[in-house]
Amino acid sequence: MNALATPEHAAVSAPVQAALRFLTAGSVDDGKSTLIGRLLLDSRAILADQLDQLHARAAASGEAAPDLSLLTDGLEAEREQGITIDVAWRYFATPARKFVIADAPGHEQYTRNMVTAAAGSDAVVVLVDITKLDLTQPEPVLLPQTRRHALLAQLLRVDHLVFAVNKIDAVADAGQAFGRVAAALRRFAAEAALPLAGIVPVSALRGDNVAQRSPAPWYDGPSLLELLEALPNAREPHQAPLALPVQYVARQGDGVGEQPRVLWGRVARGEVAVGDRVQVFPSGETATVQALLGLDGEVASAAAGHSAGVVLDRMIDVSRGDWLLAEASVPPARVLRATLAWLDTEPAQPGRKYLLRHGHRWVQARLRSVQHRLDIHTLAHEAADGLRVNDIGEVEFELQQPLPLLPYAHSRVGGALIVVDPASHRTSGALLVREALAEASA
Amino acid sequence: MSTPTEQTARAHAVTDGHLAALEEEAVFILREVVATFERPAILFSAGKDSCVVRHLALKAFKRRRADGGFEGRLPLPLLHVDTGHNFPEVIAFRDELVAASGDRLVVAHLEDSMARGTVRLSHPLESRNAHQSVTLLEAIEEHRFDALIGGARRDEEKARAKERIFSHRDGFGQWQPKEQRPELWTLFNTRHRPGEHFRVFPISNWTELDVWQYIARERIELPALYYRHEREVVRRRGLLVPVTAVTPPAAGEQVERLPVRFRTVGDMTCTCPVDSQAADAADVVTETLSVTLSERGATRMDDRANDAAMERRKKEGYF
Repeated sequence: MNALATPEHAAVSAPVQAALRFLTAGSVDDGKSTLIGRLLLDSRAILADQLDQLHARAAASGEAAPDLSLLTDGLEAEREQGITIDVAWRYFATPARKFVIADAPGHEQYTRNMVTAAAGSDAVVVLVDITKLDLTQPEPVLLPQTRRHALLAQLLRVDHLVFAVNKIDAVADAGQAFGRVAAALRRFAAEAALPLAGIVPVSALRGDNVAQRSPAPWYDGPSLLELLEALPNAREPHQAPLALPVQYVARQGDGVGEQPRVLWGRVARGEVAVGDRVQVFPSGETATVQALLGLDGEVASAAAGHSAGVVLDRMIDVSRGDWLLAEASVPPARVLRATLAWLDTEPAQPGRKYLLRHGHRWVQARLRSVQHRLDIHTLAHEAADGLRVNDIGEVEFELQQPLPLLPYAHSRVGGALIVVDPASHRTSGALLVREALAEASA
Repeated sequence: MSTPTEQTARAHAVTDGHLAALEEEAVFILREVVATFERPAILFSAGKDSCVVRHLALKAFKRRRADGGFEGRLPLPLLHVDTGHNFPEVIAFRDELVAASGDRLVVAHLEDSMARGTVRLSHPLESRNAHQSVTLLEAIEEHRFDALIGGARRDEEKARAKERIFSHRDGFGQWQPKEQRPELWTLFNTRHRPGEHFRVFPISNWTELDVWQYIARERIELPALYYRHEREVVRRRGLLVPVTAVTPPAAGEQVERLPVRFRTVGDMTCTCPVDSQAADAADVVTETLSVTLSERGATRMDDRANDAAMERRKKEGYF
């Protein structure tokens, strides 16, 4: 079965599904760059001049074969240091699907990069280097980074997790070795309740089971690419009360007041339809949806994940940053308890004020406390009084203005915030809401 | 897995969720810029990517008429950095398009920077492409633009693969690859100090193929150079180099008249056409599916010199 784009299968119209966005998680030397290089090469996303550059560099450095990992380390600064310093995005396609890879490098900036890559991803491919495991055990002990990568992806609510067991060509009894590692991975996935979509034995170096199946008596499953092709995109709940953050308030036409005012925003959860009664947050005023606009004219409704222009039946005060909600569906919150991934070299300081962005609104907030830090390998709690770069912890913030917060587990838009340092303007943290409270508890 | 017949059926399906998702993402980003910046502008060269961005802006901000046209005005101007070496037909196309739409166009001339002495060429026929950054930064200062929307895509070049959608530039207009802000979900961090600005790339996640499929689907007008036409060219280092007033043939080179089209349209001194029979956007889509050279590799003389060329230019404030 060939999953690749060939001219005879060339899609003249675009695929019917949105692109699958996935991140690849792996540590140094486990073959992640080679795997991505292989996906790009075998799906023909690498073109002749790019391959020529690769061959020229192999020749210059005296290597026999081109190093596929060179396809993905983009910046000159990185090539000098031999590491990748940031998340990079790669694109490739099969006739059935387009793909976007968020390539998160695996060295000391790891958590920061992985959090960034995972935040927008539908799926994660965690690389497991089979040559690093003790294959004499019936269930080999997994490496700490395998657990860390999987648990971080789960924390960020990446919907599908795939283990790619790499370097399968480099072990003696591949069938037995894969069986043992797969058993260990399955046990871990069950214990941690991971959203496991599959375990695929691959050789990124040779291309086995990457794009095309490589038949073996001990594996008759799909190739990695076939598995990814079939995964659905992440979705926000449609069967939930409406939440729509107002992004942009527009008056149509040139003359102010001539045309109805349109409140543009992307539905965060639920659905909005003409005739719906909505309540504005924070004012509490209510109105009825008189008309809805899409990109090519009027529409009857818009579901979670889609933008719509809302025209209300009466003129009430609504600005960017406000929300249109189903009536009495989300109480205002002044305190939030959340998981905080800290991304800034300046540590998180309890007592300090930060800027938070939620939906389309900026609010000031005080970091009241860090309850504990998570052990990144096990997600067990450990005592902490601050968070440093790449730390993840449980924290409490007090908000200067109320926000309509939802738990991140139920709504990515309603439950995600960024933390910005008011002095440096750097994006310092990612907040995932666990619990929203009306008032400070203590 | 599906059978080849099913694949073909799917390939010809009229519904195109993929393009719709890209379009929604781009429109969302455009509205975000207009809602959060005081003086944004769209970089517009009349090249295909900027024509796509402009079309997305029409969809984001104007009202669609029943005949498919648009009503109203864009809430932000278009900005063109004119090297003075643009193909005349592209400039004519740009001016007609803008006049018909009623939108505002600001043109920053590289020749004005030369007159001011801020751009100095080492010889009169030197490519002006690399000098555009100076004129652009001067225009940003003069008009106090705080966000410039560009049509760059991450698939174009390796140095762009790490570019943010909202890319922060310091007070000197410089891009600091190690100081980029993590971009989480669609919670863009647009905070900046006076004098700093952002470059915003709403079609970051599009590929060349996506762009052409969208042009075909939306029937976006492009300068005629993008489609098959006869042109005088010479063959040089494996590229077809157009013969123009600023790019004359070298001694001993043979001028040929060939059916060609441009895959990218930029400064005349560094943009080359490719051998092509594609007469419209649908033909280009088919052709794009079978190309073997990357867009920049096939058509840009300046990028070929060094694969770190783009990274250096970006650091200097290039688009």
